[in-house]
Parts: sequence; structure tokens; C-alpha cells
Amino acid sequence: MAIPSYATRGERIWHYVFLGLCALIFLFLVGPLLIIIPLSFNAQPYFTFSEAMLTLDPAGYSLRWYEDFFTSRAWLGAIKNSFIIGIASTILATILGTVAALGLSSRYMPARGAIMALLISPMIVPLIISAAAMFFFFSKINLAQTYLGVILAHTALGIPFVVITVTATLSSFDTTLIRAAHSLGANPTRTFFKVVLPLVTPGVVSGALFAFITSFDEVVVVLFVAGPEQRTMPIQMWSGIREQISPTILAVATLLVLLSMLLLTTLELLRRRSERLRGITPE
Amino acid sequence: MSESPASPLTTADGVPLKVSLRRAVRRSKVKAFLLVSPLLLFLGVAFVMPIVEMLWRSVENAEVSTYLPRTVEALEGWDGGSLPEEPAFAALAEDLRTGQEARNLGLLSSRLNYEKSGMRSAISRTARGVRNLEPPFRESLVEAHRAWGELDTWRLIQREARPYTISYYLAAVDRRLSLDGEIVKVPDHLEVHVGLFWRTFWMSAVITGLTLVLGYPIAFLLASLPLRHSNLLMILVLLPFWTSLLVRTTTWIAILQSQGVLNDLMVTLGVIADEARWQMIHNKTGTIVAMTHILLPFMILPLYSVMKTIPPSYMRAARSLGGKPFLSFRRVYFPLTVPGIAAGGILVFILSIGYYITPALVGGQSGRFITNYIAYHMQTSLNWGLAAAIASILLFVVIVFYMVFNRLIGVDKVKLG
Amino acid sequence: MKHDDKQAGKVALKRVTCAVAGASVMALATMAQAQQTLNIVSWGGAYSMSQQKAYHEPWMEKTGDEIVNIDQSGNALAGLRSQSQAGNVTWDLVDMLPADAMIACDEGLIEPLDHDELLADAPDGTPPSEDFVDGALGDCFVASIVYSNIVAFNTEMFPEDKQPSTIADVFDLENYPGKRALLRKPINNLEWALIADGVDSDEVYAMLETEEGIQRAFDKLDTIKDEVIWWEEGAQPPQLLADQEVAFASAYNGRIFDAMVSEDQPFEIIWDAQVFELDGWVVPVGKLDKVKDYLYFATDTQRLADQAQYISYGPARYSSSDMVSVHAETGIDMMPHMPTFPPNFATALQKDDYFWADYNDELTQRFDAWLAQ
Repeated sequence: MAIPSYATRGERIWHYVFLGLCALIFLFLVGPLLIIIPLSFNAQPYFTFSEAMLTLDPAGYSLRWYEDFFTSRAWLGAIKNSFIIGIASTILATILGTVAALGLSSRYMPARGAIMALLISPMIVPLIISAAAMFFFFSKINLAQTYLGVILAHTALGIPFVVITVTATLSSFDTTLIRAAHSLGANPTRTFFKVVLPLVTPGVVSGALFAFITSFDEVVVVLFVAGPEQRTMPIQMWSGIREQISPTILAVATLLVLLSMLLLTTLELLRRRSERLRGITPE
Repeated sequence: MSESPASPLTTADGVPLKVSLRRAVRRSKVKAFLLVSPLLLFLGVAFVMPIVEMLWRSVENAEVSTYLPRTVEALEGWDGGSLPEEPAFAALAEDLRTGQEARNLGLLSSRLNYEKSGMRSAISRTARGVRNLEPPFRESLVEAHRAWGELDTWRLIQREARPYTISYYLAAVDRRLSLDGEIVKVPDHLEVHVGLFWRTFWMSAVITGLTLVLGYPIAFLLASLPLRHSNLLMILVLLPFWTSLLVRTTTWIAILQSQGVLNDLMVTLGVIADEARWQMIHNKTGTIVAMTHILLPFMILPLYSVMKTIPPSYMRAARSLGGKPFLSFRRVYFPLTVPGIAAGGILVFILSIGYYITPALVGGQSGRFITNYIAYHMQTSLNWGLAAAIASILLFVVIVFYMVFNRLIGVDKVKLG
Repeated sequence: MKHDDKQAGKVALKRVTCAVAGASVMALATMAQAQQTLNIVSWGGAYSMSQQKAYHEPWMEKTGDEIVNIDQSGNALAGLRSQSQAGNVTWDLVDMLPADAMIACDEGLIEPLDHDELLADAPDGTPPSEDFVDGALGDCFVASIVYSNIVAFNTEMFPEDKQPSTIADVFDLENYPGKRALLRKPINNLEWALIADGVDSDEVYAMLETEEGIQRAFDKLDTIKDEVIWWEEGAQPPQLLADQEVAFASAYNGRIFDAMVSEDQPFEIIWDAQVFELDGWVVPVGKLDKVKDYLYFATDTQRLADQAQYISYGPARYSSSDMVSVHAETGIDMMPHMPTFPPNFATALQKDDYFWADYNDELTQRFDAWLAQ
């Protein structure tokens, strides 16, 4: 945002004040996430910087909370569960959501608005309500306290994300490409795999990532629907925070921040790839 | 159209074009619907039916008619003016005996205890000794527990024999049925829910306002920078969006608690005394700060996508026509961003009133939401009917806002990152 | 080493127990071949640790079974209900309060227990029905400990010559300033408020059944309301006391004891007006066969006495009380730390389960409304 050459002095000052304000807001957004990273290396069982840490004394730092984490059966079991549930529900949500998105982006889809509103609703309905409702219903049909129950619940929660991202990709999809492929002699199967799929894949993958992270972070529904065997990482964190907040939680939090950075990078790369494929380049 | 009825346009195989087109459209419609149907079916089972079940539970009232069938029958036609006759007492004794043997009186006594404290032990104590009771039961039951000698108890049983009840909804808004069947307010010292509903709404409004104040400049900055730079800054917005909710809540605990980073910093800087550390968590402040942080990306993203569509030339035109910077912003730019404000505002508000985890962890006593009460009734008091009723009311509010959102913006316009 | 002595002592005593209940030991021996996983629900923290040391570890060693600890006793009743509704009961044995057990029993969620049939006799042959303390054996319930709700304080927060000693001191902001951490429930708080206000402990519950009594209790609580931090998890009070965030904290006596001995915290317990109650086992419906042998083992005289080496909760059997000795790690005498130690017990109040079964819903709502004011 360059300052136009005709700007007055007052405007220039205001411009810098504005930039300063924005910097502060960015600090508010990201600072809290970064602050836990050094805190997780605290040698003391406290939630704040010790004197030794501030003077950069190596004795103030330690890996003990990471060691705690990686040697704890409860935590490792929880990670395993989180991945099982996350991956299974992502696969389900991605398949169901992508197929539905293909239908939704058809010009002829009847009652499109209403159906779309319904498909997005799991994202809007408060989790505690979904959780209570699923608890009542799943108990009735013997799905409460089972892996399948939690997976189905998380699939429902992940679906809106897949539907949104895939329909967005499809709506910007240039259908003349299909006709071009046909006219150049490709049969429908070949067209799908060679033209449609490569263009849609980034949308599907980012939808899948959203679905995965939704499941991976989800606490409330697991709290109500899952049994002790389906204890996931967020549940382990939740009870840790409520009971005795030990810095092990901060070590886990740091790992999760790194995970989200990784996912975000993947998404960004996907976005660039899809733009390149469509011939859009950044200004 | 000016085609003559004598010679309609036909396709190569002789079918009228109109028919053929209509057929093709229908086929496309069916195909599109078939693609969506597996998902609809899935959500129907995994999401819609649970919600329907919950709504049903909020009015269901089967306990008395199921566990006291004989008593209910014996009370038919009873005018409620004075204690019922011996047959009703005998029926009660018989019902309690059956229930005690089958050990299924617990739900009944919980249900009646919601309406009248003391019913739980009246039933369980009486049931325990029911085998030794001798007729006439009118005397022996009253002797076993004084509750059976009270007119209110019998009126209550008669009233709750109905298969559906609105008493959970009444309880959810701090009302109850008097024994004359009128809706009355509960005494002040039992009022809980209405206050919590209001608190949830106004705190959510505050949070929405804060995210707007903080999000607007950021969205503006992102929209006016060249894409290369804004993409980098966008990552700073998306990183918290992608980070676990629990992580973001934990970090605020670490920062705000009285032995936390911020207080330590203030003490070190000499701004506050060590004994006078600020209480910034486990109260309203904690909830508002943490939730503003968590929901901020949901405000920035819709604002950004609207601002992105406003050509920068508009502002330049306004300036060149002599508008002062602030005036041109207010008259030209700001009105164009109102759809973004509406989208972000409604989205943040809807998400906020349904939040449970963050208020539960950092809200303490004063920063609690109505959602915490749903969880409380689900897990601790075990009054599932009341939990379902509160949840249904909240759901209704959310649906209303969701419909407004859909009408104004359209759900298909929602963008994620 | 001391540890070995104790082992030897244990073996000797075990022999006595075995002699009495030979037949059941045979059953145990056959069990040893069929290894299984037991999901046992308890309260977590120091309490679960004491069960781990006193019951679970010896049992696992003996049979090869695996025991999974689930810290869900706080929501045990909800869990039992939903599991039985779901028709998928995953818990095998649950540690819960007698008031909850009463409700669960009425709802048919847990198995009725024939105590003399299922539990071990005392070493001298006294049948369980006579060896357990009053109220320890409910229709579906068998107590293992007597624990107590107390108020503790951090001794460093008060001058040496002015340490609090009665429940009235907790309500005395003038002489004993500082924050108080109390359980965010009406239970115990209302009782203490009345006692601090001069009500005789025998009359507390009768008084709480009247509107004036309840109002009086809330009025008394009002006098300290601004200074109270409300806690919800059992692990919080020792933490709050240790961080000196509060001067007083209501707590379960075992947790305070644990912080005193294993972390050397300068805490002291006000035993005046302790509200004691029992806590113990219930068996979810359909699980009796699976846990029968474990239950027999975990409630015998020796096991209950062993548990008292790790945590200051009184054993629910008379025959075990006589065997309470010293703390397993520090060797301090356990007796003075028990709720049942006569000087501690002088002004104790027994929690009235029937009262709370009836009035908990209403008083909790009233309590919440009062908090929100």
C-alpha cells in the first residue's frame, strides 16, 4: 500500500499510525501462538518465563516436557486415536463431499440453495448441540462409545468444508476445457482423468485437509460421543488443562502449532499450483 | 416464439425439440440429485436425525405413565380437590412394588424430583419398605412417607401422566407450572437460565464488535497491498485459523493468568505491584480476549473477500472530486464493505454464541455461556430433558441468524482461506 | 530395607487371609490363566495412585490381567447411564459416591451385591456385614474408604501466632484475610456456612430443609463471596494453595495430605466440622462375573490397610483400621492424618445422602443463581 504522491503530511502520519496499528493486531493474532514455543522448553514446571530462561542460561531450558509427552502411554494412545479417527472421517467426508459437490455445481441441481444450506449446517450448528444430539441418538442405535460413532460424527462435521472448497474450485472451473478435450478426440474417461481431475484435485485436497484438521482438533463431540477407548489428543489436552495444567500441554501445543504450519504450507503450495494450472499468475 | 403448431422443430430422430430438451434437463436434474443423495442420506442419519431426537427429548414425558401405570389409571377422573381414595393408594403401592423388583424407579423419581424437591427420597424410601406395607394403603403409605399425605404430590402425578410436557422449556426460561396449571416465574433465587442467555448474547455481541474493530484494518491492509505481499500477511491470519482451538485457549491461559507472562512482564516493568496482579482470566475478560482472538480470522476473511472486489479507482475518484480522505472513506468505501461486515458479523456472532470449550476453560464464573449449562445438565445434573430444551432454544436462535445470513449473503459464498 | 520388611509382613498376613478364604483363592488361581483387561473408573490424581499401588499392581502381578485406569468418577453416573442406554457397557468397575450409587441402583444401572457372599471375611473370620463401618454396604455398593471434605490453609499465609483452627475462622475475613477456594457446588459449603454461623452440627440438615435455614446459609456465604475462587476439579485446591493464590481451600483431605508429604507443602488441615462420607465400588450391570474376583481381592482387609499407606483416607473395614501404620514413602505415622483419628473426628459431620439426593437439583440451581448475582 504505497502512499500516493499527492498525500498531505497529515495523511502520511496517519498512514504510518495505521501501519503501526496493523502491526499490533498482527502481533495479537500470531504472538500468542509463538510465545508458547519457548515456554514449552522451560525446565521449571511453570507457565511463564523463568529468570534463567530470560538470561538465556541453558540450564533454564530442557526437553523434559517433550520427553514426558513421548513416553506417556496416555498421550501416545491419544495420538493414535486422533489419527485413526481423523483419517477415516476425512476419507469418508472427502468422498461424500466431492461427489455431492459435482452434483451441486451442475446448473440443473434442483433446490440448490436449500440443499447447500443443509449441507453447510454442521459447521454452523453449535458443537455442543450437535454433540448432545448425537449422544442421544447414537446411544439409541448402539453407536455411542464406538470408533464408528466418533468417525461418523466427525465425518458430518468435516463435510461442509469439503463441499465448500470443492464447489468453489468447480465454480471457477472452465467447462469449455471439457468441450475442447472432447473436440480434440478424448473420450469422457480420458477427459475426466486428464483434464478435470488435475484441475479439481487441489480443491479436493484442501477440502480434505480442512476435514482432517476439523476432526483432529475436535473436543466437544468426542467428549460426549466417545468412550474411554476413543480418547483423542484434544480430550487428553482438555482434561489436562482442566485439572493440572502442566507444561506437557505446552509441548503438545507447540507440536500442534508446527503441524498447522505444515498444513498451511501445503495448502499454499496447492493454491499456487492450481493457479498456475489455470494460467492465473500473481500480479 | 413464432413457430407454427403444424411443424414443430424436431431433433434428428423426430422427437419434438421441446420434449427432447425437457427430457435432457430432467435427466441432468436427476443425475445432479443422485450425486448429492448419498451425502444427504448420510447427513440425514448422522446429523438431522440426532437433532430431531433431541427436539423430541425436550418434550418427552414418559416416566410417570410408564412406571406408575396403575396409579395413573386410578387417578383418572380424580378432581384434585382432596386426597384420592384408597384404590389410588393401593395402585401406587402395587406400582412401587413392581418398580422396586424391576429396579427401574430411578428415572421416575428423578423426573418427579425436578418438579418437587423431596420426591426422590419419598419414592426410594417408600419403595424400599413397600413389601411390608399393609392395607389400608392410604394410612400405611402416609406413614411410610409424609409426601403421600400431601395433595400436591398427587396432583403432580396426575399432571405428569401426560406423554408430553413443556416443563423443560419452561425451566429453560426460568418459569414453571404452578399446581393450578398456570405458568409462573420461579422465585428470584432460582433464576439462572434467562440471565445466562442474555449474557451469552451480549458477550457475543461485544466479541463480534471487537473482531470487527480489529479485523477491518487488517482486511483493508490485505486488500490494498499487492497480492505478492498480501499473500504473505494472509498466512499470519490463517495460521491461528488452522491452529487447534485448545492450543489457542491454552496460550491465553499462559499469558493472562496471575502468574502468567503478561502479569510477570507488568511486575518486572514496575507497572503493577507484585501483590496487585491483574485478574484477567477466569472471568469475562478472559472469555472476551481469548474468543476475540479465536474468532478474528472469521471476520477478516469475509471482509477481505468483499474489499478485494472494490476497485481502488473508486477512492481515487472520490479524492479527485475533492472529498477529504475521511469523508471519501465514509461515503464511498465504507458503504461498499457493508456486505462484508454483515457476513463477518453474523458468522462471528453465530459461532460465538455456540462456543463451549473456551468459556469453560477461561471463563471462570462470570465468563460462562449458556452452552456451559447445556454441558452441565448433560453430564452432571443429568437432567437431559432440560439440556435438550436449552439446546433447542439456542438452536432456534442460531437457525434464525443462519437464515438471515443465507438470505443476505448466501452460504455458497462462504470462503475458507 | 524397610520395603522388604513390609513385603514380608504382607505375605504373612496374606497367609492368614488365604487360610480363611481358601476356596476363593482357588478361583483366583484359575483366573490367572485367563488374562483380561479391566476398565476401572476412579477419581484420578493421588487417589488413583493409591489404588494403583495397593490394589492394581499386586493384582496385575498375581493374575497377569491388565488394569486400565479411567479418571471419570466425577461423571460416573452420566457415564453409566449413557453406556447402559447405548447397550455397550465398557466400564467394568466404578468408584463412586454412595449418593450416586443409590440413584444408579434405583435405575438398575449397577448390580445388587450380596456382600457376605462376594466379599472376604476379616482375618478373624468376622463376616463383611459386621466388619464394614456403618453405611459402607449399600444395596449395590461396597465402600473402600472413609474420606473427608475439609478446609485447609497455607501456614505461610498467616502469622505464626495467628493460625486459623475452626470452620468459623474460614468465614472470618477480618482476622484471617485472603482468598478462599471453595468447591463450586452447594454441597459442604451450605453445611459449613451454618456451622460457622453457630448452628449445631446435629441440626444442620434439618435446618437446610427449611427456607430460613437455606437463606441463613446463603447469607453467611454472602459475607465471604467476594473473596472466593470457585474450583471444580479435585486437583485445583492444592495447586491454588501452593501458588498462594488462596489462603484457604476446601478440598478432599487425601489430596492435601499428598501435597504435604510428597511435595512438602506448608499446608495444614482444619479438622473442625469436617464433612465425611464414604466412597467405594459399584459394578455396572452385567459385569459382576468379570470383576467378582478382583472385587473380592480389592476389598479385603489387607488391601484396604495397604491403601492407607499411600493416602490418608480411612479404611472402610474395622479390621483394616487396626492395621493402619506408616506412610509407604516417608514413613510418617498415618493415624493422625486420618479423618477417623479421634481428635480429628470430634466435631465431624456425616454427609446426609438422602438430603442431597432430594435437594441437590434445586439447591444447585439456587447456588448458581446466587453466584450469578
